[in-house]
This record gives sequence, C-alpha cells and structure tokens, in this order.
Amino acid sequence: MAIKVVERKPLSLAERTYLPQIISGLGITMKNMLKPAVTLEYPEERPDIPVGYRGVPTLVKDSNGREKCVSCQLCEFVCPPKAIRITPGGIDESSEDAHVEKAPQEFEINMLRCIYCGYCQEVCPEEAIWLQNMFSLNGLSREELIFKKKKLYELGGTLPDNHFKWDKKQDAEKAGNAH
Amino acid sequence: MELTHFIWLVTKALLMIAVVMGCSAYAVLLERKVAAAIQWRPGPNRTQIPIFGGLPIIGRILTRIGIFQPVADGLKFVFKEEPFPKHVNTFYFLLAPMVAFIPAMTTMTVMPFGVYTNEAGEAAPLVLANLDIGILFILAVSSLGVYGIVLGGWASNSKFPFLGGIRASAQMISYELAMGMALLPVLMWFGGSLNLFDIVQGQSAHMFKWTIIYQPLSAFIFLVALFAETNRLPFDMAESETDLVAGFNTEYGAFKFGLFFVGEYAHIIIGSGVFTLLFLGGWYPPFFTDALPEGWIGSVLSVLIFFFKVLGLVFFFMWIRWTLPRFRYDQVMKLGWERLLPLAIANLVAYAIIIALIAQIQN
Repeated sequence: MAIKVVERKPLSLAERTYLPQIISGLGITMKNMLKPAVTLEYPEERPDIPVGYRGVPTLVKDSNGREKCVSCQLCEFVCPPKAIRITPGGIDESSEDAHVEKAPQEFEINMLRCIYCGYCQEVCPEEAIWLQNMFSLNGLSREELIFKKKKLYELGGTLPDNHFKWDKKQDAEKAGNAH
Repeated sequence: MELTHFIWLVTKALLMIAVVMGCSAYAVLLERKVAAAIQWRPGPNRTQIPIFGGLPIIGRILTRIGIFQPVADGLKFVFKEEPFPKHVNTFYFLLAPMVAFIPAMTTMTVMPFGVYTNEAGEAAPLVLANLDIGILFILAVSSLGVYGIVLGGWASNSKFPFLGGIRASAQMISYELAMGMALLPVLMWFGGSLNLFDIVQGQSAHMFKWTIIYQPLSAFIFLVALFAETNRLPFDMAESETDLVAGFNTEYGAFKFGLFFVGEYAHIIIGSGVFTLLFLGGWYPPFFTDALPEGWIGSVLSVLIFFFKVLGLVFFFMWIRWTLPRFRYDQVMKLGWERLLPLAIANLVAYAIIIALIAQIQN
C-alpha cells in the first residue's frame, strides 16, 4: 500500500493572526443570515406525506358500505406488539351481507402498543385494514387510545375499490357453478 | 437643593435605567433572532400579549418579529422555581448576582448619549453626570463586574462554577491590561482629556476625524479586549457551556440567573456605547456633520444616531458569537499576554512618538 505523506505547512503570519479566517467566517454567516428560514412551522404547516407512509392503522368499508373485515384474525396473529384484539362474530341471517358469513363483533387496536409496522395491512386477505397518513395521535387516558371498531371505521372511511369479491362469489353460486 | 430639581434628576435617572434595561431585554431578543437567522430558523415568533397581539395586521407582524418575547422571558425568570443548593455560602451566593449587575448599571451614569445647546449657547452633553474622568470611571467600575462572576463561582461551592470563576478572573486580568494600553493613545490624541464628551467633540468634524481611522490598531485591540471583558464568545471562558456545564452560573436559577443574564447584556450595550464614543464619533453622523440642526431636533437626531451606532455594534457582537467557536483556555491566555499586550505597548509607544512629532511640527 502506497503511503502518501501529507505535508503540514506551518501557519503563515496572516493565518496566525486568525483575522482572514474570521473575516471569511463572518462572510459565510452573513450569507446564511440572508437566506430564508427552512423551518416548517408545524401546527399551521403540515409536512408532505410520502406515498406508502405508515400512519395510524384503520378499518375500511367497501364502496357499498359493507365492512370488509371478516374477522379471520390474521392481523391479530401477525401483529408483533400484539396491539390488535378481535372478537369474531357471525352476520345476522336477515342481513343482505349474510353470504359473507363473518364479521368482527369487536375490533380493538391499542394505539399505545402499535408500532406502525404495517404487517396487518400486508397480511389482510380482504384489504380491510389500512395504514393512513395520519401521524399525530393523542388522548387523555390509556383507555381513550384503545380504538374500538366504531372509531376505526370513522378514521378509515371507505376504500373505493370495485372488487366485490363476496358478491361475485354469491352470483356464481346462484348461477350453479360453485367455486 | 430644590425639590423640583431633585425630582427632575431622579426622573432622568429612572428614565435612563428603564431605557438601558429595555435595551438589554431586547438585546436578548436580537441575539435569539440573529442566531435563528444564521441557522435558517425563524426565531421566537409566537409570544402574544392579548390586546396588542390581537390587532388586525400590526399584531400579527409584531408577534412574528417577537416584540412580546422579552416580556415572556422576564416573567419566566420571576415565576420559575428558585433552586437554592444547600452547600453554598448563602451570603456571597446571594451577593454575586447583584455585584455582577450593579456595575453594568452604574457605568451608564457617566455615558453621554447625545448633544444639546445649553443656555450659554455652547454644546453640552446629554448625560446623567458629566464627569471629567468619565472613561476612567467606566473602566474602574465595569471591571468590578468580574467580582460578581468570581464570587458566584466561589460561593457556589462546586467544581464547575469554581473553574468558571477562576477562568473569568484570569481572563479579566489579562485583557484589562491590553485594554488600558490600547486606550492611552486615544486619550493622548485628544489632548489628555478623560472626559468622554470632549473626546467625541474632537471627532465631530467628519468621518475622517473618527479615531478608528487614525488609530485602527488601538480600536482593534480595544474591541478584542471588550469581547473578553464582556465574556462574549469567542472569549466566554467563564461560561464555556460545553466543558463547564454553565460555568459560574451553574448553581443559579430563576431570578438570580436573570440578574447575571441581564447584567451581561447591559455590559455589552455599555461596552458598545463606550466603543462608539471613543472610536466611532459618538453621536455624529458619518457624513453631513453640519446638518445636525440646532435645537431639540438636533438633540433627538444625535441620540438616534448614537443609538443606531450602538445597535450596529451590538449586532456585530452577536454576529461574531454565532460565527466563531470558543478559544481554548491556553489560547486565550497566549493571545492576551503574548500578542495583544506587546502589540498594545508597541502601539502606545508609536503613537506617543507620532503625537510628539505632530506637536513639534505645529509649533
């Protein structure tokens, strides 16, 4: 390995007085002083959220207003900090969504445990749980931050997709070609 | 003494104190704003006072430039919990902030800040006490300020304040010498008068009569020593928060710290004022010196010009602070004793010879 010896020159007289360096330093700070501030003034100004951002996990409904979750509990099992708790339940026979068979009776996400990893969104076969852009959550008690089903649907809203997987399945069954 | 005269004197003094205290408070704001600008931040811009802050457009602008911030800063010092360590020497611990604060406030009594024409038709200074030994008084009293720091450091009875106090005293001794030596040629230049008013009147004609033009080296040495005297970066040995926590005021909090803090800024303002008087032509504008009109307009103008010169210097102090890192302790000592002091002595001898030669030629 070639060794390169860097020559260290002794300081010149001008350098030893510090003055030229101080003056050029003052020039640099003055130049920076004239630049505009780069601060984002947070509560009024919000940052641009990039695509694929992982914020608060929420439940969504499909465009017919049916809750997409079928309480398969995959998200509950995959959740690393065990923030999700699902109480599975059936769907009332009289409901027009009866062919979906299952829906969560209760769906809880403990936002104090959630680590926003996005595994629940990835694992969900129904695309029912989605991480939103919202990043600022607060509450006055621990109980308040365990989000219940109602709150989760409020935050999630509707996902405007047009898969209608279960409706298509029902139509096929009616036409006689099950699966 | 007549009662009315007495009341007038007290009013003047109180007014002066109010102005200097106000300026110190706003110097803190200026410091924060300058720091913010250099670091691309907006600086304090949220503090509002209900009525003024709510004004339609002006209130918004005033809030953005932080006009109300000093009020919040001051109130914070008053309302904070007052920590009082058990291991301190109570008497000196309480005395130290006052000793640091009082000299800074006392020096302003002899500092002229404007000019007016008195009944006899002569130019007279706007000043609380026009002492013939003005500059000597300022030097004597302002160097008392270091006792506050040393006392504070010693009475705190803990390591970091102690080190800070020792550093401050060593630094003060080193730079006081250079400062005095740099001042002597200026005093000789103006015929040996120690009266600040006479010194400013001697620079009145135009910008090229300013002392800084004739004696740039004296001005430079004096300025560097002034930085050291006021404990400003790059000479803030007494505080050096990176290696001494907060230096001499580590154990102080709430209003006691506030006194140190305001004292420091008052010191900077007074120091800038003295530099302006000695080297920058005091209250005389750089050009059109004859344009300073007679009567009260002229007086107001002179005070304003003086104010803006001092403001410029205070800004320079802050600009330097946010540009330069702190010197190492041994570098400070070396700079003071090996560079500035010999330079100041050489400067003094050179100007003594020059002034003698000029006197010879004129005779």
